[in-house]
This record gives sequence, C-alpha cells and structure tokens, in this order.
Amino acid sequence: MDAIQLIYLIPLLPLVGFLINGLGRNTLSKTVTGFIGSAVIFLSFCLSVWIFFNVSDPGFTTQNISYFNFINVGKLHIPFEFQLDQLTSVFLLIITGVGFLIHVYSISYMKDETQSGFGRYFSYLNLFVFSMLILVLGGNYVIMFIGWEGVGLCSYLLIGFWFKDHANNNAAKKAFVMNRIGDMGFLLAMFWLVALYGTVSYHDLYNPDNGIITALSTINSPAIVGITLLFFVGAMGKSAQIPLYTWLPDAMAGPTPVSALIHAATMVTAGIYMIARSNILYSLAPTTLAVVAGIGLATAIFAAIIALKQNDIKKVLAYSTVSQLGYMFLGLGVGAFSSAVFHVMTHAFFKALLFLAAGSVIHAMGGEQDITKMGGLGKKMKITYVTFFIATLAISGIPPFAGFFSKDEILSAAFAQSPVLYILGFGGALLTAFYMFRLMAMTFKGKFRGTPEQEHHLHESPATMTVPLIILAVLSALGGFLGVPELFVKDGNLIANFLSPVFEHSKQFITTNEPGPQTDLILLVVSSVLIIVVAIWAWNKYKKYTIEEAESGFGKLISNKFYVDEIYDAIFVQPYRSLSGFLNNVFDRRGVDGIVNGVGKTVNYGSRQLRLLQSGRVGSYLLLMVIGLLILFIIQLFTK
Amino acid sequence: MEIKWYIFLSLILFCIGIIGALTRRNSIIVFMCIELMLNSVNLLLIAFSKMHLAPVNAFATTMATSAQIFVFFIMIVAAAEVSVGLAIIVMLYRNTRSIDINFLNRLKN
Repeated sequence: MDAIQLIYLIPLLPLVGFLINGLGRNTLSKTVTGFIGSAVIFLSFCLSVWIFFNVSDPGFTTQNISYFNFINVGKLHIPFEFQLDQLTSVFLLIITGVGFLIHVYSISYMKDETQSGFGRYFSYLNLFVFSMLILVLGGNYVIMFIGWEGVGLCSYLLIGFWFKDHANNNAAKKAFVMNRIGDMGFLLAMFWLVALYGTVSYHDLYNPDNGIITALSTINSPAIVGITLLFFVGAMGKSAQIPLYTWLPDAMAGPTPVSALIHAATMVTAGIYMIARSNILYSLAPTTLAVVAGIGLATAIFAAIIALKQNDIKKVLAYSTVSQLGYMFLGLGVGAFSSAVFHVMTHAFFKALLFLAAGSVIHAMGGEQDITKMGGLGKKMKITYVTFFIATLAISGIPPFAGFFSKDEILSAAFAQSPVLYILGFGGALLTAFYMFRLMAMTFKGKFRGTPEQEHHLHESPATMTVPLIILAVLSALGGFLGVPELFVKDGNLIANFLSPVFEHSKQFITTNEPGPQTDLILLVVSSVLIIVVAIWAWNKYKKYTIEEAESGFGKLISNKFYVDEIYDAIFVQPYRSLSGFLNNVFDRRGVDGIVNGVGKTVNYGSRQLRLLQSGRVGSYLLLMVIGLLILFIIQLFTK
Repeated sequence: MEIKWYIFLSLILFCIGIIGALTRRNSIIVFMCIELMLNSVNLLLIAFSKMHLAPVNAFATTMATSAQIFVFFIMIVAAAEVSVGLAIIVMLYRNTRSIDINFLNRLKN
C-alpha cells in the first residue's frame, strides 16, 4: 500500500491518544497513560519516516489528498484536504520525532502528578501534537487555521496546567490573548485571499503551472503586500516576534517539557512554516519581506539583550527562543526560505535539549529555577551537564555543531542582501554565545549557592529523562551536517536540495548578489573565531560567580526586560481596565441598571398607590363604576 | 307627544337611581335604586319602540317589537336578580344585625 494513502493516520493517532487519555484519566494508571501517550506519537513518527522516504523518491510530486467538502458557500468550496510535499515532510519529522522524545521525558518528569492530572497532561500533549500536525498537513489556509487555533488552545491549557496558582492562569491568558491578536491578522488575510481569488487552497494559489498567484499577480501590488503583512501579523503572534513576543517568556509558567514542546516542536515554528508555505506570495511582496527581515532582526537582537541579564534558567531559554525565531524570520525575510526551515530543524533539536536538560536541573533542584542559587551542578549531573554543553555549543553557533551551519546559512543569505543585516545579525549571535555560556557557567560551574537541603538532594535524573537528552544531544551535534555549505562539500547542503522543489518558484522573484566563495569563507572563519572568543570570555567571567551586586543604569533596564511588560500594561491594559471600570460604574450600573430598576420601582410605587382603591367599601366601587360609565359616555360623545 | 319627553323622564329616573345608589347606606334602598335605573331603561326602550315609526305615520299599526321583547327579558332577569339580592340582604342581616352596605367590607379580611 502506498504510504500517502495512510497519511490521515498521522494526525489521527495523537487524536485517539488524546481521547483515550482524556476520557480515561480517572481510570487508567499512570504507566498506561504514559505508554499510550508516547506510543501514538511514536507510531506517527514511524509513519512520518515512511512518508519521508516516499517523498524523497526522485519521482515524487506534490500530493493533494482531499477527504470531504468542509465549507460549501455559494461559489466558495473549501475541502478538507491535506497537502504533502517536502516541506510538510520535514515538519512532520520534527514534530513527531522531537515530540516523541518530549513525551517519553514527561513520563518521569510528571510522575509526581496525581493520576487524573497525569492523564490530563498527556491528553493535552497529544492534542497539541495533533493540532500541529493538522497545521502542517493542511492543504489550504482554513485547515491550517484549524491547527493554528488548536495549538493556541493547547498552549493555553498547558501553560495554565497548574491552574491552582493564579500567576499561571494569568500567563496562560496572556499567551491566549497575544495569540488572538495574531490570529486576527491571519483571519483577515484569509478573507482577503477569498475576496481576491475565491480560494484558499495552496494548489490553486501556488501551482507553478496554473496557480492563480503566479499567473495574475504583479510584484508588490498593494493587495499582495496587504495580505502578506496580515499573515505576518499572525506569524508575529504565534512565533513571538516584536511586538507580540511577551507571552512566550511568561509561558514558562507551564511544566518544563511543555516549554520544550512549545519552543521546539510545535507552536512557535508555526509562523515560520506558514511563511515558508506562502513563499511565493511573500516573494511577490518585497516590501513585506523587508518588514519581515527587519522585525526578525530587531527581535533577534532585542531578545538576546534581554537574555543577558535574566536569572531564571527557563526565562533565559525563552528569550533565546524569541531571539532564534528572530533569526528564522530574518532568513525568511531575505528570501532564504530553506535556511530558515533548516534553522527550525536544528533549533528544534538543541532547544528541546536545552529545555529538557533545564527540566532535569530543575527536577534535581526540587523546583528551583534561579541560576544565582545553583552552581557546581556539573559534578553531580554528568549526563545533563554534557548534553546541556552540547546544546549550548550548538545554539551559540560554534562549529561543527548544528546551530553553526543553520545560523551561518541565514547570516550569509543576509549578507547577500546587505552587509548591514549581516553585521547586526552577527552581533546578535555574539550576544547569544555570551548569555548561553553565562547560563552554563552559572548553573554547572563554581560553588553550589543553594540550601544544604537542595545540595543533599542533587542527583542525576532517571533514564527516561536522560535517554531523550542523549538522543537530542547526538542530533544537536550532528544535525548540522544535513546542511553543509556548498563551500566545503559539493551538493553537501542536503536539506536545501531536498526542499528546493518547494522554493524554486519563488527564487525568480528574489534578487540577491551572492558573495564570492572567498568572502563567504572569510566571514565564516572570522565569525566562528569571534563567537568562540566571546564564549570563553563569558565562561571565565561567570565560572566563579558569587553574588552579584544590584544592577544599575543600562543593566537594570535590561534585567527588567526593557520594561516592555510595564509599557504594555500602561498603554493597553490600564486604559482598558479604566474603560471597563467606567462602563461598569457609569454605563452599566447607572445607565442600564438604572433603567431596569427604575421600571421596577415605578411599577412598584404605582401598584402601592393603586392598591388603595381596593378599599372594600361597596359605595366607592359604585362611585368608580359610575365615573367609568361617565367617561365612556364622554368618549362616545367626542369620537363621533 | 314627542319622544324627548320620554327621554327626559327616563333620564331623571336614572339619575335619581344613581344618586340614590351612591349616597344611601341602607342596602334595601340601594337595591331599589338599582331597580329604578333598570326600569328607567325599560321605559326608554318602550318609548323608542312606540315612537320609532310615529313621525312617518301617526296611525301606524306595526311597531318595532324587538325592543318590547327586550323589556320582558330585562324584567324577568330583574325578578331573578331581586330574589338573589334580597336573599343576600337577608343573610347579611342575619350575620351582622344590620343592612348597612359598609358592613360588607368585612369580606376583606
């Protein structure tokens, strides 16, 4: 049987897992729940691998599988369809592969939960993976939007997983609201597409032979720019870019494996996927691409600066994700779509690893997340230490680890556009190396700064946690060799070659001035050396960290995250609150309630007065009768 | 004789009935006043039926008969009403040793 006919099983299996774990959360034991939750993802992963081998067959062409009519309104027909091509296949592997490791890891990490909490956790996790799979498999924007909303919902559920703590609920709400702002842009873009072209299917829009977009559009027409900008607003929300990034650091309120899932396999990569999927549309709008590159670069640097001074291990990683996502958008913005996808992949490896290793640290520390209270953990937790070290090398872009290749690809594509982009992006990369090595040194080197109790409790995590770490460490170390630059090995960039059918049609619209191989090589060597120097500097500076004096000036500004949350609070939240207060007190209490209560009071008062007529005296009744008769007479007289 | 004299007469009787019913407290008198009002209406009906065709033909032998039938109805109903009403008054007297209509408000409690 052809693997492509079984593609519906890939999202269906996690959905089944979600139903079983969700409905059986009070009856199934933790072992069974954990097994089912992980097994369904593993089966999906196996199917994805099978499909990957089908897709990598040279004769493969993009497949559309339409199941049923989803929306039928007038001339608009939106089928429930899947589209399978190289891009989808890569994302399927990342989501199910990394997702599976996170599931396995979660079995140990969450073992202290109650039985029903454990079941709830795994059912949400399955639903999360299901939504993300729908997102990448969807054959049109509406199906993508189903997954898009699904991951938003699941992130809300999982960030607020420990809902008894109110701060977690607030973080969940924040994530949800920020995402809604982005979703608004996505929806509007979709409506615009329908209004313009009457379809949202990729194969109608982007088909190279008779696709509507390729046939009809002119470069930079206002409609295309508008649609792409609105789609980008959606991506900003989902992929945490300026100005909608603030939810992602707060999303650390959830369990650590959830952070890993959100940051590596699902959710935040959705924005990158969406733009990569719409590459033809975007390449027709150079203005939007410039905006994307600008915002990506700004986010990359801004988040990296904030990460320099954070002391919460998960917050540092969260800001590094925001920063790395900025690089991906920079890559998309300069038209290096396959480089961005490559970075998504390597980032999935090392960021999942970082979060899971951080989870292992937090686990050992008994819930402590403040790195100023850690130190010297390297001796006690060898596996976590080594794997974390590999991930740090990878994210910092030190050759030959995974991040080096993907980041270098993005930066050299940026250089091809303009050296300014390159220099700024490279500055961000130096910051990345600095804060990551600071984090490493403060956590694993020096003296232990926590309580003696915690020190006594320190231990390496069990095998279900360390094995995923080791697998991810291998991937982080070697994953970069999927994309060796042409400079070193002819046809070495496997991933770019693999993805080229998806992106080849947008190449014609993007003009670059490729630097010569020599320039490339010089940049590569210089950047690597500089990054290593910065890394060693940070390492030595924080290796013997004791207690830092209070921050002042610029440092204080950074450690308070540039007061962005406070600014948003002052600009949006407080005015909204006071408006609500005003409407509540004045409009609702006095206006609406006043009218309603007034009617009641009037009737009440009137009845009280009218009641007196019912005196029980026959004489007065007769009098009233006569008066009534008289009134009737008078009416009769005057209405002739 | 013109119709207007009949109308005046029945109007006067009716007004006497109303005033009596409103002002007196003795329930038998109130009752009589109500009868008076009924009969003033009866008188009016008879007068109309007699005079309906008179201006056209002074010796008319056919008169409008429906009004007279109406009058008989009213008299029969009034007779029935009187028997019920008087029975109520008797019961009232037995219970309160008075026939003052203001004592009827005792039902209120």
